[in-house]
Amino acid sequence: MAKSSLQRSKHLLADPKKQLQVLSSGLFSSGALPTFSERLKGLNAELKTDQLEILQVNLGYMCNQTCVHCHVDAGPDRKEIMSSDTIDNVIDAIKRFKPNTLDLTGGAPEMNPEFQRLVRAAVSLSVKDIIVRSNLTILESNNHFRSYPQFFKENGVHVVSSLPHYSMRTTDRQRGEGVFSKSIAALNRLNEIGYGRDEHLKLDLVYNPSGAFLPGSEKELEADFKRKLKADFDIDFNQLFCITNLPISRFLEYLIASENYEEYMETLVEAFNPLTLSGLMCRNTLSVGYDGSLYDCDFNQMLQIPISGDKRYLSDLETNAYSNRKINVHQHCYGCAAGSGSSCQGSIS
Amino acid sequence: MSDTYYDPKDLKNFKKITDWSEPLGTRFFEYYSKVFEEGALSAREKSLIALAVSHVVKCPYCIDAYTKDSLQRGITEEEMMEAVHAGAAIESGATLVHAVQMMNKHKKLSH
Repeated sequence: MAKSSLQRSKHLLADPKKQLQVLSSGLFSSGALPTFSERLKGLNAELKTDQLEILQVNLGYMCNQTCVHCHVDAGPDRKEIMSSDTIDNVIDAIKRFKPNTLDLTGGAPEMNPEFQRLVRAAVSLSVKDIIVRSNLTILESNNHFRSYPQFFKENGVHVVSSLPHYSMRTTDRQRGEGVFSKSIAALNRLNEIGYGRDEHLKLDLVYNPSGAFLPGSEKELEADFKRKLKADFDIDFNQLFCITNLPISRFLEYLIASENYEEYMETLVEAFNPLTLSGLMCRNTLSVGYDGSLYDCDFNQMLQIPISGDKRYLSDLETNAYSNRKINVHQHCYGCAAGSGSSCQGSIS
Repeated sequence: MSDTYYDPKDLKNFKKITDWSEPLGTRFFEYYSKVFEEGALSAREKSLIALAVSHVVKCPYCIDAYTKDSLQRGITEEEMMEAVHAGAAIESGATLVHAVQMMNKHKKLSH
């Protein structure tokens, strides 16, 4: 676990501009590796948005954990949080854009005091899939948050939870000491009220590699997770989503500090798979920052690469302005296009 | 040119062995990839066997490759180390079983 956020420790890489400098220089400026734009150009491909299906909203960077790999640089010391007015803008956007999915993320999204109001509004507006990306330990942190699983159930919220491994050692090394035990306790409680067991109460887990390597086969890892979690803890869940760690923020800092950066970037570039391009999440997702600013994805949000065009806030974007918009890319995009591809819903192909 | 006999970068050039003998090299790589497909043994089990053998044959390229492969498959540290011990036990057993030959020879030659 990281001791504090990069921002709190005044690390150079807390600045997205510095991260982009790193990702533009070295292997890429020397021509040893093609930039992501060059790779697309070589294929005569351009990434553009299709139809909006997922509204992914970052409710704030505050989190009760400080995970080593966090691309948000979230933690207890981060105070950025979505205001009540911006939540109103999100609710208005749900009415206007009618997304199939509302994907709530953070930090720990539950820590936003307006979280429940937003979920209730989404339910009343008949959003088909309301996702909360829960770190699980927040649900065990105090009596207030211990009531959230019941709230999730009452509102049919789809729970997507991070669990990097079924072993305590690996999970705690990435997410902090004691995280594994609390996560198991939270999963047990979610199972007890029907999550992962009742077909209407979806409980998915998210696996991301605990280090400088790509995830293996999602199907095989899911089978191992199901077998081990059932045998050891009587835990059931629906799907395992494998997500590749993108070289930004704290994971970028880790790659550089551990002298794995160049090899990791070479691995990503070598694993580039053109077949993933049509399924990239940026093509049907709109990412909303805690201040209502708009991005092609959560990673662009953290690198502060805004969407194309002059309408850069949710309240300004016209309903018909989503489709056929050029998607902004940089070298981190290799992470989503490597191997079987990676998205917030796991592998692509 | 590397200053050491082993250079990690050489692993990436492994496929170049086909340059000097295309049919043999190609057949080797086809065989290799077939061996590691799912079969009566899972790909995960084969990866652990490969990791153990990598240590026994003391191949640094193979150790790097199958440590990474183990990580990608979610194989735990305990499983990896137990596999290496299994290989080490066979290797040391193979040495020690020759002690029987030593004992036989000793018996034959001495009063």
